[in-house]
Amino acid sequence: MTLADTRPAAAPQTRRSRLARMRDSDLWYSFRRAPVAILAALLLAALVLTAFLAPWITPQNPYDLAALDLWNAELPPIWEQGGQWPFLLGTDLQGRDMLSAILYGSRASIIIGVASVAVSLAVGATLGLIAGYHGGWADSLLMRAGDILLSMPTMLIAILVSAIARNALPADWREAGASAVIVLAISLSAWVQYARTVRAQAMVERKKEYVQAARLIRVSSAKIMLRHILPNCTTPLLVAATLNFGLGILIEATLSFLGVGMPPEQPSLGTLIRIGNQYLFSGSWWIVLFPAAQLCLLVVAINLLGDWLRDALNPKLR
Amino acid sequence: MLVFLIKRVGNAVLVMLAVAFLAFMVFRFLGDPVEMMMNESATQLERDELRERLGLNASFAEQYALFVTRAVQGDFGISWRNQQEVIGLIGERFPATFELVLIATIISLVVGIPLGVLTAIGRGRWWAESLQTVSIVGVSLPSFIVGILLILVFSVSLGWLPGYGRGETVALGWWTTGFLTPSGRAALVLPAVSLSLFQITLVMRLVRAEMLEILRADFIRFARARGVPARALHFRHALKNCLMPVITMTAMQVGNLIAFALVTETVFQWPGMGMLFMQAITFVDIPVMAAYLCIVSFIFVALNTVVDLAYALIDPRLRAA
Amino acid sequence: MTTRNLLLATALVAAGAGAAQAETLRWGASRDIGSLDPYSYGDSFTLGVLNHAYEGLVRYSGALKIEPALATSWEIVSPTTWRFHLREGVTFHDGAAFTAEDVQASLLRATNEKSPLKGNIPSYKGSRVIDDHTIEIDVAENYPLLLNDLTTIYVFDAGWLKANNAEAPTDVGSGVEGYATYHENGTGPFRVESRTPEASTVFTRFDGWWDTPQHNIDRIEFTPIASPATRVAALLAGDIDFTDAAPVQDIPRLEAAPNVKLLEGTDLRTVMIGFSQRDALIDGSPNLMQDVRVRRAMQMAIDLDLIRDRVMRGKSRPAGTLVAPQIPGYDAALDEPMKADPEGAKALLKEAGAEDFAFDFNCADSLVNEEQICQGLASMWSRIGLKPRLDQGPRAVQTPKRSGGKVDVYTLGWATLPMLDAYSLTSQVLHTKGGTYGIFNWGGWSDAEFDRVTEASATELDNDKRLALSAEALKIAKEHVLMIPLHQQPLTWATTAEVEAMPLFADNLPRLWLAVK
Repeated sequence: MTLADTRPAAAPQTRRSRLARMRDSDLWYSFRRAPVAILAALLLAALVLTAFLAPWITPQNPYDLAALDLWNAELPPIWEQGGQWPFLLGTDLQGRDMLSAILYGSRASIIIGVASVAVSLAVGATLGLIAGYHGGWADSLLMRAGDILLSMPTMLIAILVSAIARNALPADWREAGASAVIVLAISLSAWVQYARTVRAQAMVERKKEYVQAARLIRVSSAKIMLRHILPNCTTPLLVAATLNFGLGILIEATLSFLGVGMPPEQPSLGTLIRIGNQYLFSGSWWIVLFPAAQLCLLVVAINLLGDWLRDALNPKLR
Repeated sequence: MLVFLIKRVGNAVLVMLAVAFLAFMVFRFLGDPVEMMMNESATQLERDELRERLGLNASFAEQYALFVTRAVQGDFGISWRNQQEVIGLIGERFPATFELVLIATIISLVVGIPLGVLTAIGRGRWWAESLQTVSIVGVSLPSFIVGILLILVFSVSLGWLPGYGRGETVALGWWTTGFLTPSGRAALVLPAVSLSLFQITLVMRLVRAEMLEILRADFIRFARARGVPARALHFRHALKNCLMPVITMTAMQVGNLIAFALVTETVFQWPGMGMLFMQAITFVDIPVMAAYLCIVSFIFVALNTVVDLAYALIDPRLRAA
Repeated sequence: MTTRNLLLATALVAAGAGAAQAETLRWGASRDIGSLDPYSYGDSFTLGVLNHAYEGLVRYSGALKIEPALATSWEIVSPTTWRFHLREGVTFHDGAAFTAEDVQASLLRATNEKSPLKGNIPSYKGSRVIDDHTIEIDVAENYPLLLNDLTTIYVFDAGWLKANNAEAPTDVGSGVEGYATYHENGTGPFRVESRTPEASTVFTRFDGWWDTPQHNIDRIEFTPIASPATRVAALLAGDIDFTDAAPVQDIPRLEAAPNVKLLEGTDLRTVMIGFSQRDALIDGSPNLMQDVRVRRAMQMAIDLDLIRDRVMRGKSRPAGTLVAPQIPGYDAALDEPMKADPEGAKALLKEAGAEDFAFDFNCADSLVNEEQICQGLASMWSRIGLKPRLDQGPRAVQTPKRSGGKVDVYTLGWATLPMLDAYSLTSQVLHTKGGTYGIFNWGGWSDAEFDRVTEASATELDNDKRLALSAEALKIAKEHVLMIPLHQQPLTWATTAEVEAMPLFADNLPRLWLAVK
């Protein structure tokens, strides 16, 4: 075995990273010419920033039961008759400041969205790589498992998992475990999509010469998969991840709205809407409409970005 | 063809067995039926007797086999809450969900297809691009928020349309329909619109993508060169060719729509299967939950299999797959 | 659609429209009844709705006093035997005549091993048919409350039960539908025409009713509408005529609506907080609530007026004792609501060494604004330094935890139904668990003196002495802070203006045979 033999393996890597850089700049170019994308990115940045700065910029910690006072319950926004400082957007039925609750709730939504993408991406990519690269029984097993999960609608799985896990959790885990359960519930069916994408790519790549060559010189399978095959899947994974981020937030909100998501002491946007919905027609519109608006803005911004990204990365549309 | 058929159906059966297994697990581990059914003063002996009668002392494999055998015959036991046969309960609710999903699907096609064609033809123009952007908003709005807003505007403020329930229904055998009464039709409007919103966007985007592809095809170019008028070109020749994927997707989405309908049904208090399922969760009525899971998955798997088989029938090349 | 189907459909629509011409009362309830079988669920609401089709030997009058129904009179023959003279000329909905056999079959069914109603008639020992219209019932010695118990033991037709193999109550375990779950044959003012669970149950007037009808209702359409906002919207839109559960937050809106009549009152149901008295909490840590100072501090932390004003919109009645004023055994001297004193509560906690005490707070969803009350209480307890962990869930999920003793602190609403006597509370909720006693004693409380007083009241036939014993038991409960009374719930019914008369009942059970539209 000579040094020359390693070249085919090394070469695509450098070529690809150059390519990636070029594409990045392409992406940047296309981004600068897409006003909708810029607007969405700015909006998303603002929403994320305020959500994560919430502990420092809000007048109240809405998760701290001792900070709530029923005397302040159901105050309207400050510009309405009866509004009170510092409750800019009014308060909910427990005297929780709506602005604080919305920002903390957005933070919970964003964390759950990101975590569910991260978990399903990690699991999906790993399983997809293994299945596509090794084939055989691992592959059949994975594909069957995927078929089964995809034969049940995502929303249904999420509701079931969430409802079951909530009953099963012991008391002191309930608060800490609520978001973990939702992440699990969402990821359980989301990983299949990533796994299939990566598997398809891995099946193509493993037959290519550079992989064969790398195998010959005993580069470890793990290294081949991670360093050589996985990077080839970044584009479709990135697009899917962005769209699933938005979807994850939507599913979390829906679960909470149906009452099987975040508990009322740690209200997420969906929980706020669920509780407020009972009071919407009796005049306390701010408990529903502000969180609803925030939720819509958040998901719209993410999806607009994802949509642009998909078009920008699709060579056919260029 | 026969080999393909057997393979495909075999696959579907396998998937259903696995789904049934999951449903069975829910049954076994979500709660101890004995603890739920007995009142608290029951003695240990009574508990053991009930356990024996329910077949809970049999081996795991035997119990699963029994569950599947019964499920195949449509016997999912009786509801713990309603003390009524589960399959009958679901059967009573099925027409409501079916009609809702049917109308939502029709709306999504009637609105989505023209929009898709328009955005494809007008690609690059400002109005088409704005429509495209607006459609993103369509998939981003949570359906429960859309539902609440529709009720707030059309039902509470304007009082034009009912915001809950199914209105008056007419029984045709075991089927109940809301199509035949004015109140039944009015009650369908808001839920169907709210359920179809997501689907409209899907259809519109699919039609647009297919149209763009086809408009580049040679036969369209020839037709254009021969002077076929633009309208005929777009709507007769091009659209015809992209209907197949639209029909496929619509069929495959029906399962998802049924699942999504449970959110819509909750918001509009629509007495369908989804609301039954949500109530079952509230009452920990596990036979109903398990049956709903199996039935929705069955519809889903059956539609997918039929679509696959139909494709194979049309295009022999796919049979190899 | 074939022409035949179309014709059929048109005919059905016409039939529906024809029925709507008669006086139809559309009732929007907050939840469905569990079954058509009154012996399938012990809950008061299901029994109350089914009372329209089924009747007991006695019933509550418009003034909530016991009056004859299927029995015309009764006498106590011996300390353990009551004799009932039954009404003649009563027929069931299927035309069968009502006799003593029917009463005996019904008593057997209600006290069957598998009957959830067994607890509703705890003193029952046996019965004897004397003749067609006389029956004797054997009870535990000197039991004063048999009549109260009999208000919910509805009478089935023995022959009908036998013919349909329904002599025993439905056993869910057998996996077979019970006939009575889906069919009805009572003696009441209305018969069930159709039922779709969770969607609608239709009652029609029974012309062969033995009593002179005061109502003019031909048809009742009972529809559960779970969402309070939807229920109100339906009432405002005229889609329903009546609801027995108008949300308190919507009262101003309903008051302002010209076509709606609001009926307000105070429920008999007293909302209270219970504590675990076991040695350890469910997470295994020591149970500091065995110390009366901790329980008292938890009571002092609660601002009842604030809950009334904010959560209950000024409609609840803060309580100082565990039963409502209308309930026999109530003692006005005990009914002084505790004043909120967070500072004193903190000091008391410190004295007891219970600062930072953490516990589980089990809350369900069946009381008026329960979710909001629980969050408010959790917040008030947090403010004195306690660490409540709120566990909120649907009733069906929470009840097994409660009855299984897997709770630290919990909510309870007790209306003393169907007995309408303080004895219901003292025997079922506060007495030491065992036998028919203490079924709802979820905290595991046990006090010999309390038990003695309660048991003494159970065999006291002199009503004044009996009520004095009940009051004494409630006093012990108050001194030891066995439970924290919060308030009596508001009762808010609403009808459209077309409903002329709808008598309001403090037990929150509509009796539409007294309504006029």
